[in-house]
Amino acid sequence: MDIQPILAALRHHKAGTMLIALQIALTLAIVCNSLFIIHQRLARMDEPSGVDEANVFVIQNLWGEQYSTQETLARIREDLATLRQVPGVQDVTPANQYPFKGGGWDNLITMTPDQRSSTTDASYFAGDEHFLDTLGVRLIAGRDFRPDEVQSRGMREKMIPTVAIVSKPLADKLYPHGDALGKSFYAMTSAPITVIGIVDVLQRSDVSTWSAPYAGESMVVPIRMAMSWGVYYIVRTKPGQLAAAMRAAPKALYAENRMRMIDAKDGVLSFAEVRRRAFERDRGMAVLMGIICVVLLAITAAGIVGLTSFWVGQRRRQIGVRRALGATHRDILGYFMTENLLISLAGVVIGVLLSFGLNAWLVTHFTLAALPLTYVVGGIVILLLLGQGAVFAPALRASRVPPIEATRPA
Amino acid sequence: MLTYYFQLGLRSLKRNPMLTALMVMAIGFGVAASMITYSVFRAVSGDPIPDKSAQLFVPQVDSWGPQYNEKGEPPGGLNYVDAMALMKAHQASRMTLIYQVMLSALPHDANSVPVPTQGLATTADFFTMFNVPFLYGTGWNPTEDDNRAADIVLTKEFNQRMFGGANSVGKSITLSGHDYRIVGVTQHWDPAPRFYDVWGESGFDDPPDFYLLLNRALDLKVDNAGRNSCRGTLSYNGWDEFLQSNCVWLMPWVELDTASDVARYRRFLESYSTDQQRVGRFGWTPNVRLPDVMKWLDVQHVVPPESRISLIVAMCFFVICLVNTIGLLLAKFLRRAGEIGVRRALGATRHEIYAQYLVEAAAVGLAGGVLGLLLTIAGMSGVGLLFEPDIARLAHVDMSLIGLTFAVAIFATVAAAFYPAWRAAQVQPAWQLKSN
Repeated sequence: MDIQPILAALRHHKAGTMLIALQIALTLAIVCNSLFIIHQRLARMDEPSGVDEANVFVIQNLWGEQYSTQETLARIREDLATLRQVPGVQDVTPANQYPFKGGGWDNLITMTPDQRSSTTDASYFAGDEHFLDTLGVRLIAGRDFRPDEVQSRGMREKMIPTVAIVSKPLADKLYPHGDALGKSFYAMTSAPITVIGIVDVLQRSDVSTWSAPYAGESMVVPIRMAMSWGVYYIVRTKPGQLAAAMRAAPKALYAENRMRMIDAKDGVLSFAEVRRRAFERDRGMAVLMGIICVVLLAITAAGIVGLTSFWVGQRRRQIGVRRALGATHRDILGYFMTENLLISLAGVVIGVLLSFGLNAWLVTHFTLAALPLTYVVGGIVILLLLGQGAVFAPALRASRVPPIEATRPA
Repeated sequence: MLTYYFQLGLRSLKRNPMLTALMVMAIGFGVAASMITYSVFRAVSGDPIPDKSAQLFVPQVDSWGPQYNEKGEPPGGLNYVDAMALMKAHQASRMTLIYQVMLSALPHDANSVPVPTQGLATTADFFTMFNVPFLYGTGWNPTEDDNRAADIVLTKEFNQRMFGGANSVGKSITLSGHDYRIVGVTQHWDPAPRFYDVWGESGFDDPPDFYLLLNRALDLKVDNAGRNSCRGTLSYNGWDEFLQSNCVWLMPWVELDTASDVARYRRFLESYSTDQQRVGRFGWTPNVRLPDVMKWLDVQHVVPPESRISLIVAMCFFVICLVNTIGLLLAKFLRRAGEIGVRRALGATRHEIYAQYLVEAAAVGLAGGVLGLLLTIAGMSGVGLLFEPDIARLAHVDMSLIGLTFAVAIFATVAAAFYPAWRAAQVQPAWQLKSN
């Protein structure tokens, strides 16, 4: 197809041509950045937690009275015994936090006690010898805590853990050669902490963006922590018994001692619910971007249909002349399809620049990652197909203009 | 004349229902997307205390030093030692300290099962500084702070739960086993964002149930349930050593009425830091900040990035819808070149043609505004799908949003019509008449 006459014709429709190209460019910029944001958010939501999510639930147990450290520890012991009696319960552990809780406890990590700036930051789990088994976290090196290693501490008391189990990302950050086991580090402690075990995945408690540089870095210390406000009981159930155990557990706890508070709505959460709540923002963002993308593509397509229809209407006489001079249906169809392709190509060229510009702006203002080329290529393909699809109906109508039109006044 | 143009416009819009529908939909969707995201943004970015936001400041003192501070910025809260020193210095016309507590309460009707309550431990000036409205009684007297009295102020909502809404002033309430004397009950008061407590909190979650006298809470060792941040080696052992540690957990606010007060207070913070350097507590030169409410909300990134990004994306979307509308208006107007030629030949000025087509565009804008408003109202019920419940509940349709929807729709459409209408006005009558 000779594109020379098409370019000549477009020169007569500068404004319309530029508007379509501009619309395609802007749409491309928004669509490929949106798709990228959607992908990033969805990827976050799908990250494994390390927890056996189908069989784990969490109880937020608040104390009904103000207790001393010793009283708190005694209450935790009684509660653990009670929970172990609940049918379907396989294991229980008391904890200061759990993966994906949102917010939580984290400590700065250094290699020496007087290091000027910290090496990294780790989510700080205080757990007993049941912690790993209850969560279902997989130990890939070393060993679990021994019961005699577990210390009991009040929240404002000095914690002197000497051993810790760390997640693989933390182990690799501290000892990049993969030899962290048996080595030590400092977690705002005066004495070194020795790595006795490494687990493959144990997500942090916080899910906010500030901790993105420390993703997946967490540590477990053998401490049974007596917190003044309450405690989290993490419960593992036997397969298929989660729902029944979730109903029975708070009842059993209240029957044992009613001076406690387990919120009816938020007090007992299955891990599926924990995950859903942690990524509520991400899901909302993905939904919003998705809606905007779809509506935007529809509006752009509608705009192309509208303007092309107008052009076809305007050029009926010329089409008739071309048909009378021997142009086939296919020639006319091809003319309009090619015309749209040329405009779209011009649009995507500008659009690629706009896409990276918008991305650069988002990167500086919202700490978004850089836009990968695949998203731009994907966006280009979508928009070129969209343009060709949108122009097809008006082009087909143009190709059906009979040669007799040539004889009619415009 | 404009009414006549308006009728002409409506007639012309009816002639190409598809094209008209396309334009109205583009404007409607664009406006609705912008308005829905804007209503959320407006709710999270507003001034929570417009009367006083310029007089309330957060005194920040760098108690961590260059090794541990946040990229040169002092921590967002104070440790116990600095907080108490600033309180004792009385250098501001008013000052308060805040920390969060979680306690249990026994409502008399709830078959004696305790319920969780959350509140703030604070000082007398809190109520006067933040203009807290009272239903019964008042806040406690500043002298009670020094008496370390067991005074408490309940919120209207908590008073409803505990006392059925009756005037409970003078009564006593037991929280986590300790008795407190009720001195006041506030009206419903929940500024959004909850500016006084955004350090480590979203500023949009559940409001407090009560306000407890801070010194009393400290005496009872009621622990902080909010953010606590420490640096270096954690060496404290027990409550009293914790109070002396470098952990920051107390949120300070001062009220300063004039610019010279602000400057004087800033100098005070610097001289305080210099004194601490002199006595060896700080091993660094003074590093202080004194942000006011809006600056503080900005520094603490209270507006969720999601809200900002979605507003920007929605506005880009609206711009694309407008580009689309320009194209369609151009097509629509120029299709009537013949008609314009006749009118021009019959004596209509360019100016009149211009006015006629702008009015026609305004009609499209109005229709787009109606559709946009309907979509906005429908979209509001779906805001819960897009944002967290704490934030989604703040978004609402009010008169100003309705007005803004129409204003934006009409203004944007008319602006989009400038070029197409100008092109229409440029139509050469002779040329058109000839080709007919």
